[in-house]
Amino acid sequence: MPTLTIDGKKITVADGTTVLQACEKLKIDVPRYCYHPGLSIAGNCRICMVEIEKAPKPAISCQTLSTEGMVVRTDTEQVKQVRSHILEFLLVNHPLDCPVCDQAGECYLQDYYMKFGLYDPKFNENKVKKQKKAFPIGPTIMLDQERCILCSRCVRFTDEITKSHEFGIVNRGDHSEVVVSKEFVNPYSGNVADICPVGALTDRDFRFKCRVWYLENSPSVCPGCSRGCSIEIHHNDRKSHRVEPKRVMRLKPRFNEEINKWWICDEGRYNYKFIDDNRILLVKGAEDWPSAVKTLASKLKNLAALSPQSAAFLLSPQQSNEELFLAEQIFAQLFDRSRLFLVRPNALGYQDAFLIKADKNPNTAGARALGFSYAENIVDLLSGEAEKGKLKALYIFGQDIVSLFGDDARKLLKQLEFVVYQGSNRNETAPLCSMTLPAAVYAEQEGTFTNCDGILQRFTPAFAPLPEAREGIQILHDLAVKLGIKCPGPKAREIFARMAEKAHAFKGMNFDRLGRMAQEKAALC
Amino acid sequence: MPVTTKVVKQPNMSFMVRIYFPAIFQGLALTGWHFFRNLTLHILHKFDLFKDVPAAVTYQYPEEKRPLAPRLRSRHRLTKRSNGSPRCVACMMCETVCPAHCIYIVADEHPDPNIEKRPKRFDIDLGICVYCGFCVEACPEDAIRMDTQILDIAAYSREGMYLTMDDLLNPENHGAIVLRDPKRPQPASQ
Ligand code: SF4
Ligand code: SF4
Ligand code: SF4
Repeated sequence: MPTLTIDGKKITVADGTTVLQACEKLKIDVPRYCYHPGLSIAGNCRICMVEIEKAPKPAISCQTLSTEGMVVRTDTEQVKQVRSHILEFLLVNHPLDCPVCDQAGECYLQDYYMKFGLYDPKFNENKVKKQKKAFPIGPTIMLDQERCILCSRCVRFTDEITKSHEFGIVNRGDHSEVVVSKEFVNPYSGNVADICPVGALTDRDFRFKCRVWYLENSPSVCPGCSRGCSIEIHHNDRKSHRVEPKRVMRLKPRFNEEINKWWICDEGRYNYKFIDDNRILLVKGAEDWPSAVKTLASKLKNLAALSPQSAAFLLSPQQSNEELFLAEQIFAQLFDRSRLFLVRPNALGYQDAFLIKADKNPNTAGARALGFSYAENIVDLLSGEAEKGKLKALYIFGQDIVSLFGDDARKLLKQLEFVVYQGSNRNETAPLCSMTLPAAVYAEQEGTFTNCDGILQRFTPAFAPLPEAREGIQILHDLAVKLGIKCPGPKAREIFARMAEKAHAFKGMNFDRLGRMAQEKAALC
Repeated sequence: MPVTTKVVKQPNMSFMVRIYFPAIFQGLALTGWHFFRNLTLHILHKFDLFKDVPAAVTYQYPEEKRPLAPRLRSRHRLTKRSNGSPRCVACMMCETVCPAHCIYIVADEHPDPNIEKRPKRFDIDLGICVYCGFCVEACPEDAIRMDTQILDIAAYSREGMYLTMDDLLNPENHGAIVLRDPKRPQPASQ
């Protein structure tokens, strides 16, 4: 446990901590390009130089280990000069591309030039031009070798994290350049655009779509698979009223030590189009929301009086814990608890040993913890009941059963008296239902998901729901009020508090402790 | 507070001024001179004579335009490359800096990889523009200028005030007064 002094401040750090990490602990800003906390240390960009007492010349802080009694200075004239000279070297061959560069606004070259550079360039020669300017190296990534500063982050990412070794740096000196050995197809390819500190590697999906300074960023949780990676939703609020109303521009990983570290997979990264496209915009089967809720409540009451088995509810692992809990609280009072089925809205998919899970739903573990398990062959079962006249109504929470089960499902929907579809996006099932309720997507509501390891994460709305859409918990709560059933809500906090009292797996949990990072482990049953 | 006073002296008027008849006749002479001069010149102009001597001091707008200072901020235009395509690279600096939020750009891939980016759409809503000229200042490519000297902009609808990339590239296509068909393709709005 060495104790060192940085800029006059003393700090004791763990063995093996580098000077740069110690500076970070003291919130001293040391510039860096090649250093990334998730990758091995390369020490090749040289911008993180600091002065160490008794050392003959400035040393790079990212690779120097802290030792007892070390005296480090990051604010001397010499350090400032060294930084600006190194920046000048890094920018010698760098094109003046900022106006057309997608990195502009979040580029470390721009940031550090304004902070540590501001030198008078002395370079009179011509910049090295590459034969090809920007070109795609795979389905997701664009490479511009002229902009590359050879920090080797991308090389280390594909060597150490994905172990697929696509990137390499070839040739020497002025001729060095970053190359890919083959087409860059990789389930984690998007991450190289995140870690590239400059605009050499950029995202093709985001290319020229929006300048980054227009983006608002809201923390959220990826609903793409049961890993539940922490993400940031980058949305454009400034332009949306004039452009085609697209709000979400891209998704980015958010650091979470326990789940995804700095990374997310491409499947999750590009899984945002459904938030703005193809949404269900209006209530169908009733004039407006109040009358829809009224009709629904009276129908359910009549059916419950008929028989506690006359309706079935298809709950989905895409729903938050709060929504599932609320649905159970309400419908299990009117009908048999066994009429609530958990139905997988999608097939099992690809998985690997890193992040991607085969189960493409964010809250399977949460649904399990609330006592649900997947119902198999649900359409066969319900068709049988409908034929016998036992089943009269169906309440679907977002599953596209027509695409999942084909003609069987179509037949079932025709047999039934009353089918409600509550979901966010248009699909084949919704038009066949007697009532459609437009629901909000995860980015528009608040709630919690339990991931595959039982870690609970809270997500908050990035923006308001589309005009007619409502949060799932809001719809259920309104329905409960109309039915005269007492239930918590309509805010996720209130429902969570009740859930923490009642549901065994959530015992003693506190909604407020589930902050940005925040996890609580649910007992998985 | 002490009151300070200042004694203002009455101007010493001469006799000629005080009787004011000479001034009246001076004025009448001046008015008469201009009246008969303009009358004669207008008649001569009718016969195509002395055309280069202007008759009245008023500008015969809209046929005749008043000379404007070259630095005056007038209607925008987009400058062109030598091949006629817009110089603009859709960097959105102007859109960002615009205090009225009246510029709207959609970027696109340029076929030439050395240029990379170009605007697919570039609209300015003159109905909102405050003519501050910030867009011209911000542009790193000298792609937008406010030097068309077009000041008279009018339209029958708000939509008519919307300039598209085509209008901005060819400001001369629209005469002094912009009269627009309100049914032309309109910007997407919510
Ligand atoms: S990488 Fe950074 S400095 Fe280079 S052109 Fe892009 S924004 Fe500008
Ligand atoms: S492409 Fe980006 S991440 Fe890779 S070496 Fe160049 S600057 Fe570094
Ligand atoms: S600032 Fe200039 S180059 Fe950039 S978008 Fe505006 S007109 Fe085009």
